[in-house]
Amino acid sequence: MELAIIVPLLAAAVQSGTPILYATLGEIFTEKSGVLNLGVEGVMIIGALTAFVVALTTGNPVLAFVAAGLAGTLASAIHGVVCLWFKGNQVVSGLALAILGTGLADYLGTGYVGQTAPGFSPVALPVLSGIPILGPIFFNHDPLVYLTYLIPPLMWLLLMRTRPGLCLRAAGEYPAAATAAGLDVDGHRWWGILMGGFFMGLGGAYLSLAYTHLWTNNLTGGRGWIAVALVIFAFWRPGRAVFGAYLFGGIMALQLRLQASGTQLPSSLLLMLPYALTVIVLVLSSWRRGMSEAPAALGVNVEPAD
Amino acid sequence: MRVLRALAVVLLCLCCSTVQAAEKELNVGFIYVSPIGDAGWSYAHDQGRKGLDGMAGVKTSYVEAVAEGPDSERVMQNMARKGYDLIFATSFGYMDPMLKVAKQFPDAKFMHCSGFKMADNMGNYFGRMYQARYLSGMVAGGMTKSKTIGYVAAFPIPEVIRGINAFALGVQAVNPEATVRVVWTKTWYDPATEKEAAKSLLDVGADVIAQHQDSPGPQEAAQEKGVYSIGYNSDMSAFAPKAHLTAPVWNWAPFYKNVVEQVQKGTWKAESVWPGMETGIVDLAPFGAMVPKELQDKVMAAKADIIAGNNKIFVGPVKDQKGEIKIAEGVVAPDADLLGMTWFVQGVVGTTE
Repeated sequence: MELAIIVPLLAAAVQSGTPILYATLGEIFTEKSGVLNLGVEGVMIIGALTAFVVALTTGNPVLAFVAAGLAGTLASAIHGVVCLWFKGNQVVSGLALAILGTGLADYLGTGYVGQTAPGFSPVALPVLSGIPILGPIFFNHDPLVYLTYLIPPLMWLLLMRTRPGLCLRAAGEYPAAATAAGLDVDGHRWWGILMGGFFMGLGGAYLSLAYTHLWTNNLTGGRGWIAVALVIFAFWRPGRAVFGAYLFGGIMALQLRLQASGTQLPSSLLLMLPYALTVIVLVLSSWRRGMSEAPAALGVNVEPAD
Repeated sequence: MRVLRALAVVLLCLCCSTVQAAEKELNVGFIYVSPIGDAGWSYAHDQGRKGLDGMAGVKTSYVEAVAEGPDSERVMQNMARKGYDLIFATSFGYMDPMLKVAKQFPDAKFMHCSGFKMADNMGNYFGRMYQARYLSGMVAGGMTKSKTIGYVAAFPIPEVIRGINAFALGVQAVNPEATVRVVWTKTWYDPATEKEAAKSLLDVGADVIAQHQDSPGPQEAAQEKGVYSIGYNSDMSAFAPKAHLTAPVWNWAPFYKNVVEQVQKGTWKAESVWPGMETGIVDLAPFGAMVPKELQDKVMAAKADIIAGNNKIFVGPVKDQKGEIKIAEGVVAPDADLLGMTWFVQGVVGTTE
């Protein structure tokens, strides 16, 4: 293959990886606090619909983007109420949230199908976009892609190098010890759930504001589930999440480009690639479990002491 | 005494129902696979339904976004139970559920779009969309400079393959050297994937993007790249005003009116019908301003030919991708071959697997 094919492919990988990246970062943040939220798909699609409706009514994509984050926070608050207040099963609650979100967005969004809302368009960054090869791959996108270059390092700093981050991780690793140290474990888990939901909502918004400027039922198309798998692939590290999201985005873009270039491979086989990769990745990451940084108390509710 | 009372109740019911029948309007139900706002397949069918609104003694209603399979069976059963007289189901996957429901409700009439199974009270219908696709192919062939045309396609089933082949034959009628590159998305309506598929075709040099998809995603991709596009289902120019050349479109209203009239008159029979452009069921959307007048005239002349029955499109010699003759010189491919088409004509790049 030559550069003329590889560069657009990698640029497409970055773009189709971006919504997954937002959602994966959100799920990492939530899981670090010890809460498993399988409702990513539902939270994302609520974010996508909110973004679309706000952009359509106000004409302001920035406002729409923020509103999508807040809608994501609100949607995942349901998970918080079930798991933190009522100590409900996290797996069941998450699955219910995924189904609820998809259904709710279908129901509320029916009237918006087929309309076009204002959104974000690619803006080439001055100087940086002029760098050969790297410029067109990384610096010729919409502003929402650039934002994802900043979030992983900031999230890493927050989690690994600040006191609130340490407390959040303590709530996820060893809640009993954290409680003994006087930490409000459920309080930190709330913050993990709500912040995580914010990022998942942003991931949905990327689909309806930048990737396309349309709304449709099932716009997320399973990207939320891929995000859940990617958290494991990323060993709960924001930096590796970037790599994972682009890898998945790249495989999705690659199979379409292989078809366009006139390959004789059956398209059904090519379409299987991203999912086959999910399975392989999960096998490989469980094999190298030693490197994994799964929060020890992930999915375990903290029962009231008395 | 109890027997008498039961008899009275039955008689009363009978009276009521006959009185109702005498005054009753014809209730026509439609079932759509996607929301009607999609500017695509279901939207086109709903425009057809609206065409019935002015008819005397006809009441229509619809259920949108009904998943194929068990869900659709429930919806149809519900409609039949409520006393609908005529039900149109407009997606391929509704075929078996409809067949089941049709047997349970022999008094109602059922019409299934795009399938092949029938019953005494269930017919099926479709339109010869490939005729309009051929014409849109001529437009694409006339407009391409890179001689590469991209085609974003849903599933490798005969309906879609036939459309691609007709499109390619239309392209070759005006531009013999141009090729049509196909990318399968395996989805009918996923704007993100379909847009990405269109971009992948743009990256290999396509400068016209056509689609057999229900979302305007590919149109967006073409507009952003500054090249041309061909829509589908309905006029998609609102989504890509600078790119949209034309679109093969559905126009179901005259057909639906005709079926309703037949049912009203009592002449309806369960049949399999496949009308073409001469009935207006398929057509070409208005040309964009960038299509030159000569090309427009050429396409309109070809349209007149098709309507007059002089151009059957799949007329031999037609070769497949390997160069083998699939339709012999002078032979018009029979409908059965068109309905079961699984091979690409020469000049199409891609696989049907």
